[in-house]
Amino acid sequence: MTALINVENLLKTMCDQLKGELQARSVEQPALIGIRTGGVWLADYLHKALALEEPFGELDISFYRDDFSRMGLNPRVRPSHLPFETEDRHIILVDDVIMSGRTIRAAMNEIFDYGRPASIILVTLLDLGARELPIQPDIVGQSLQLQRHQRVKLLGPDPLRVELRERRENT
Amino acid sequence: MSTSPASDRHIQLNPFGQLRHFLSIDGLDRNLLTEILDTADSFIEVGERSIKKVPLLRGRTVVNLFFEASTRTRSTFELAAKRLSADVLNLDISTSATSKGESLSDTLLNLEAMASDMFVVRHAQSGAPHFIAQSVTPGVAIINAGDGRHAHPTQAMLDMLTIRQHKGRFEGLVVAIVGDILHSRVARSQVRALLTLGAEEVRIVGPNTLLPRDAETLGVKIHNDMRSGLRDADVVIMLRLQRERMEGALLPSEREFYRQYGLTTEKLAYARPDAIVMHPGPINRGVEIESAVADGPQSVILNQVTNGIAVRMAVMSMAMSGQLAERQAAAETQASK
Amino acid sequence: MKILIENGRVFDPVSGRETETGVFVKEGVIAALEAPEQAVDRRIDAQGCLIVPGFIDLSCHVREPGDDQKGSIASETRAAAHGGFTTLCTSPDSSPVNDSGAVTNLILDVAARTGAVRVLPVGAITRGLGGELLSDMAGLTNAGCVALSNGDRPLGNSRVLRRCMAYARTFGLTLFIQPENKALAAEGCAHEGSVATHLGLPGIPEVAETIAVGELLLLAEETGVRLHLSQVSTARSVELIGRAQARGIAVTADVAMHHLLFNESALRGFDSRFHVRPPLRSEADRQGLLAGVRDGVITAITSQHRPQDPAAKQAPLAETAPGLSTVETTLGMGLRLVENGELSLPVLLAALTSGPAQVLGRTPPRLDVGAPADLCVFAPGETWTVTAASLLSTGKHAAVLGEALNGVVRATLCNGKVAFVAGGDD
Repeated sequence: MTALINVENLLKTMCDQLKGELQARSVEQPALIGIRTGGVWLADYLHKALALEEPFGELDISFYRDDFSRMGLNPRVRPSHLPFETEDRHIILVDDVIMSGRTIRAAMNEIFDYGRPASIILVTLLDLGARELPIQPDIVGQSLQLQRHQRVKLLGPDPLRVELRERRENT
Repeated sequence: MSTSPASDRHIQLNPFGQLRHFLSIDGLDRNLLTEILDTADSFIEVGERSIKKVPLLRGRTVVNLFFEASTRTRSTFELAAKRLSADVLNLDISTSATSKGESLSDTLLNLEAMASDMFVVRHAQSGAPHFIAQSVTPGVAIINAGDGRHAHPTQAMLDMLTIRQHKGRFEGLVVAIVGDILHSRVARSQVRALLTLGAEEVRIVGPNTLLPRDAETLGVKIHNDMRSGLRDADVVIMLRLQRERMEGALLPSEREFYRQYGLTTEKLAYARPDAIVMHPGPINRGVEIESAVADGPQSVILNQVTNGIAVRMAVMSMAMSGQLAERQAAAETQASK
Repeated sequence: MKILIENGRVFDPVSGRETETGVFVKEGVIAALEAPEQAVDRRIDAQGCLIVPGFIDLSCHVREPGDDQKGSIASETRAAAHGGFTTLCTSPDSSPVNDSGAVTNLILDVAARTGAVRVLPVGAITRGLGGELLSDMAGLTNAGCVALSNGDRPLGNSRVLRRCMAYARTFGLTLFIQPENKALAAEGCAHEGSVATHLGLPGIPEVAETIAVGELLLLAEETGVRLHLSQVSTARSVELIGRAQARGIAVTADVAMHHLLFNESALRGFDSRFHVRPPLRSEADRQGLLAGVRDGVITAITSQHRPQDPAAKQAPLAETAPGLSTVETTLGMGLRLVENGELSLPVLLAALTSGPAQVLGRTPPRLDVGAPADLCVFAPGETWTVTAASLLSTGKHAAVLGEALNGVVRATLCNGKVAFVAGGDD
């Protein structure tokens, strides 16, 4: 199945859709933010493709996760880095995969702590369904239905490729 | 005799090797100290946002237990806990429970019963936080905010953060710690942290009355003289001198101390030209340090305050994380039975 | 009561010889060293055991009169019997202090009614142990005190000390003095050395003891008093005492068993059990103390049993009460020294029996026909695990808590009566 996912092609299509979305919303100077780590690689691609002058931001959502009491703190947390004000800006938020929607909730909470954005457009490469929160991406590269034992992971940054892994049960 | 007893490691870490109490630098390895510094770096970024708060400890209760008054240290811990979204309770124990004859253990058990998740403990007796973590409330994360002459690990880690920001590394660094080493919990923790993080040489400089017995077993080089002690140093740390040292016949006068060990522009010249000057504060100008040095280009004293909140946020969130992981594992073991 | 102890080996601490024989006890004394022809009331199987004279402890706290929650003569003498002791010298720092014949009589009276083993009170050298006024030394001795002591409280005034010695010499009394210079020990709670430096604990320097030893030896030489130094803790003290003995000064010394087995490292992790006075010192000091026992400079090993209630040990280390609960584990700790090759079994047993007897001016105890039946039957090769529940003492803070210890005491007889028997209800 992974052989069928051509990240390069998906990104091209997504880029076109995103341009259309920005036009439809009359957004001229969007601020681009990628969620670590996969989302940052994709943001890097979109940043070049959209020819944005302003550098893009990187978000580490470790401090905002809702599973702290079960998973604890990520020992490899790195500082978030937003090289622009978010107040009243139109933001493009990028992540590699959306499933439960919890990562996006955490990312939006974090963005709001920098300031109140005018709007957020959510872009994800893959949508695995199984949503637990009412959060939907605006631009999706491809939707996938995984088997219970399967996991998907974006590898990169060069080249970007999607790997499907068999999950080991209860280890 | 080992300088990093296994017992300290055992108390401070959960079975997965994660921090669950932060009592001393002893027994913590280089990776863990680096993790604290890295996590603190992320919290420094949080401090630059318009909303300087993250939800990590939301719904958790942090109790500041200061058996020894210190407004400054308590304030940074309070701010750190609040920026982690915790509920904070400040208890000045010296004036409340113990004066009514309630034992320390009873006071703590009452607080634990109020569903406290973390105690930040400052105490005049060395080992008080160890005692609390071991014998009284093992399920509450204990953060040592300074115990007797033993340890002040958060202060040491914020100093390490400052050094890393200015020097970018610890390898190859020569660090001189000057003043009252004997009574200094800060110095003990700094020495341990510097050596663990890979500093090349740590020196302690002072008169023999202010140096601890068998100090070389701490892993330091001992100097009585500022000229040799500061020679080619990359970092000079000045300790605060307490007035009561004069009364204990440890020193003749502040003036004589300043002449011999006070950091003046002239004495600073013994160190490397790019040496930084640190002081845990509050500074006695004209006793430990000349104003021109304290306010000079090599001084990084103010910087240390900003780092203090970030380091405390880091150890508080890591210790809470370690406690929760342990509770989670215990609950799973229970469930599988 | 006729008791036969059979199948064991009798050990004589004076000659160091072992003899395979039965011990027949009748009317409080050893009636025969063979099985009697007459019927006996009780048989004690000593298979695999040594039968030795009951141990004599020169420094034991029984907490009576005074601290009920820490122990009593009833509880602590039972613990002592469990440890193989048949004679305890009790420290004068009870509450009230044993500084009058009335208190001595009270102790002896309670001991006679509730004690499992023999209690020999040690009187206070100064009134209230205050270090200023002489106590009624002769009166205390007449009431039954076997010696006079400063307990755990250092004497700060050399002039008072000199007069105490001169006065005690008048009546030929023995002084038990724990040497410590008050000003040098100050607020310390640990040996001033690398461990205290690491832990940031206020230190008690070696010289806090050696200066006091020096002073005591000079004063003893001048006054001619019979001086016994209690619980020395440094190698240099041993050296000073050895030299004084060589010069013919009437001085003896003891050491607490835990000072022979542990050093300052025991405090790592702030283990408040090991907060003891004098403090556990360096490894070099421990080696010096062991050498002192082997060479005969130190002739007695004490338990320095200091039972505490749990609350007294539940605090930051410096705020805890000093002392270990040791009387039941002294033998086992000593056997550990034997296993380590640090002491021989005859030297260990002599330091628990004939050595302390001589300090008290008594003939060394031997298991001869006609001698009082004070004896201990123990299996040196058997192991027990020290737990709070296994200790009869009110104090559960043993140094070897949770550890396996060799040397199971099977029975202790004091004055021909069973003071302790394994698995028994005596």
